[in-house]
Amino acid sequence: MKRRDFLRNSIFTAAGATIVPAFLKPLEAMALDELSLYKNLVVIQLSGGNDGLNTVVPFGSDLYYQKRKSIAIKPEDVIKLNDMQGLNPNMAALREIYDQGWMSVINDVGYPNPDRSHFRSMDIWQSASDSNQFLSTGWIGRYLDSNCQTCKFPYTAIEVDDSLSLAMKGGTKKGIALKDPATLFKNTNEAFFKEMINSQKEHLDEDNLGYLYKTMIETSSSASYIQNTSKIYEQKFTYPATGFANQLKTVSKFISSGLKTRVYYVSMSGFDTHVNQNQQQGNLLKQYSEGISAFLKDLKQNNKLDDTLVITFSEFGRRVEQNASNGTDHGTANNMFIYGGRLKKAGIFNNAPDLANLDNGDLKYQVDFRQVYGTILDKWLDVNNADILNKRFNTLDFI
Amino acid sequence: MDKKDNFLKIKHLYSRAGFGISYTELEKLSKKNSSRALENFFPKERKPQDLDTVSTEDSRSQMMMQAALGAKKDLTPEEKEQRKNITRLQNERSRDLNIAWLQRMMTTEDPFLEKMTLFWHGHFACRSNDPYYAQQLNNIQRTNALGDFKTLLVEVSKSPAMLQYLNNQQNRKNHPNENFARELMELFTIGRGNYTEQDIKESARAFTGWTYTKEGAFEFKPAIHDSADKTFFGKTGNFDGEAIIDMILANPKTATFLSRKLYAFFVNDVPNDTHIAELATYMYQKQYHIGTVMQKMFSSDWFYAPENIGNKIKSPVEFIVGLSREFYVTYNRPQVLIQLQSSLGQYLFNPPNVAGWPGGRSWIDSSSLMLRMKIPSLVLNGGVIDFSGKADPEDEALIALNKKPKAPVPARSYVNAQADWDKFLTEFPKTLTPTELAAYLLQPQLNAKFAPMVSNSQSLKHAAIEITSMPEYQLC
Repeated sequence: MKRRDFLRNSIFTAAGATIVPAFLKPLEAMALDELSLYKNLVVIQLSGGNDGLNTVVPFGSDLYYQKRKSIAIKPEDVIKLNDMQGLNPNMAALREIYDQGWMSVINDVGYPNPDRSHFRSMDIWQSASDSNQFLSTGWIGRYLDSNCQTCKFPYTAIEVDDSLSLAMKGGTKKGIALKDPATLFKNTNEAFFKEMINSQKEHLDEDNLGYLYKTMIETSSSASYIQNTSKIYEQKFTYPATGFANQLKTVSKFISSGLKTRVYYVSMSGFDTHVNQNQQQGNLLKQYSEGISAFLKDLKQNNKLDDTLVITFSEFGRRVEQNASNGTDHGTANNMFIYGGRLKKAGIFNNAPDLANLDNGDLKYQVDFRQVYGTILDKWLDVNNADILNKRFNTLDFI
Repeated sequence: MDKKDNFLKIKHLYSRAGFGISYTELEKLSKKNSSRALENFFPKERKPQDLDTVSTEDSRSQMMMQAALGAKKDLTPEEKEQRKNITRLQNERSRDLNIAWLQRMMTTEDPFLEKMTLFWHGHFACRSNDPYYAQQLNNIQRTNALGDFKTLLVEVSKSPAMLQYLNNQQNRKNHPNENFARELMELFTIGRGNYTEQDIKESARAFTGWTYTKEGAFEFKPAIHDSADKTFFGKTGNFDGEAIIDMILANPKTATFLSRKLYAFFVNDVPNDTHIAELATYMYQKQYHIGTVMQKMFSSDWFYAPENIGNKIKSPVEFIVGLSREFYVTYNRPQVLIQLQSSLGQYLFNPPNVAGWPGGRSWIDSSSLMLRMKIPSLVLNGGVIDFSGKADPEDEALIALNKKPKAPVPARSYVNAQADWDKFLTEFPKTLTPTELAAYLLQPQLNAKFAPMVSNSQSLKHAAIEITSMPEYQLC
């Protein structure tokens, strides 16, 4: 069977096997060619504040070794990327990725008046707000709200988790959280729920009850679509046996089976390394790098790497100077990683952090994180970033 | 006023001002004048009971230990163990406190007081790693829940939990920290657009020196207080913190801001400016006496208007507490209550940020809705909704042979809870139909399409599980 026929058949199976309310008519109407042109964004959140300076190590800086007497990564251990910066030795799996030109490192990403509370700073990153502004919607949520040509499905954004992050919540639309498509499918398929869903297909009111029914019907329809589309795809690539790699494996399955989802959200936690940082962070970075490496190679094999952009962020970096417990405390600006098969500027994107020019012991930001979001919104998701970010941000040229 | 009308009104009042009402009580009150129900919420005297899960001695001894360790640079293995133990104990106490409050809501004889406390808990949203401080702030919010707003505001502002959360410890003469001053106006009193950045800067100086002692008591430190003149809201003087609070309250915009929040919490997510203005004028006139304003709200005709009935999405806490009260639920493993709060997005004492939980439709997304609809069966019946729907074609043969299709095996639910079905079912008259049960359990009217699903239930118990598993049950 040709790939296209295969896709066509699977799509009709997906749509035919389930009851889809009229206002949701999913794929039949779509031109099949669109499928292969589909671009995906995968957002990876490192929760707890990853120490960027021991991730991408400024081994060329004496100041780094002065400020981190017992936790600095030795120059001979660093995986050197240029004369100044290199990767933590636990990230060996990324060497090959970097050399392929599939990885870009943006140094010193942050925002004005940084907040050092995990919760608050995470909210700022997820809602893309100013430091003193409280938004109850996330940046991807507002992208869904914008109702653009490519983001009108309830399954446009999927978070591979049990609950939905603020980033994925819009004012009128929200992403879907699921750890495993089969479980969500089973839940929505409960006989009692199905009976309600089947008998409630007409016009629904705009009130809260209508909203609940609409959410229920959409969830059920999306769960069927996701389950039926992805279950036929046989995943061959071997991933490391970690929770993080497993989440990425699920994402890869969704992408490779041709799901019309645009944004995936995955998170990994444990980065709040106040004490004995090197061991804990080392383990996490190893899991992270091996997971990413498997994921990108898997996508490459499936010809999806060119259509996929992966970004990694953490709510803040850590202070330049280590603390007394062989760890680091909450800081400010941090590096971000961008991966993809079609990066315009691979490698190290901008200057390494200037450790001689600090703000009260913290790194100064060079790039506002909303410039990174803005670039992705403009150039990858094809919306005007000012519509999503409430003001216009200049774009960067990594894609 | 006829009985049926009264029945609906009282049910609505109890679902908004409390966490629901038992059928017996509802029947009893429906026969009387509807103002009698309101009297229950406004007794002549009210005795708020503090939460006392975290004892003073407990917290003091921990603080001493922590202070002793905090000064040291290099800890011995025993000291490291000690520090770990303190953190573990604090986390444990924080969870105990959370569960104690939730269970208070489930069993209290004064649900209105706890509902108001829940309102203030979201209004003055705060996180504290110290369970003793968290408990102290919660008790302030309960004691003053229906009293004078100024007293409440001043006490909250002076509580260690809030001083710490909004960095007022770092707010010193010549080094002001504006965090508290900003949130005081933006979120606690007057709202955005009614002050300038300069007002924030100036008022922050007035709160310099507001700190607390290690024992958790407010302390004013004159040495770090900025006593020079400040210009605030166009007036210049040597204002202190309370003077600033008085000036904020003197602005009627504050009454409007508070009324708007009360309206959104108790009446409707969609604001009605006329009704809000009516409340605000009254609030200002009554000098911000909260109980008086609430009485006015609950006596207004618009509070009982059809568009305000059964159209508010329950918060996760309202949902869990309501269900537990209705069915007299015992949680064999109360820890699960924390899991439920956090999966549903309202983990008490852990608001997402100082703005509190946004509420309304933001409670609902695909995963939280499916979980909310599954919880009643998990709590009441081991996860089983015993609904067969239309017979499966496979089962038709069995039915023809007069055999019963296999009933689903009740999975032992991770929630591990029990409803007191005997107590629940004895409240109803023998003649009560499943449809009438739905009219009691649901705030919105049962959708006519689903009436047959409910009325075909094998028993009231089955019907109750089905009804509580409907989207309608998510509304109050």
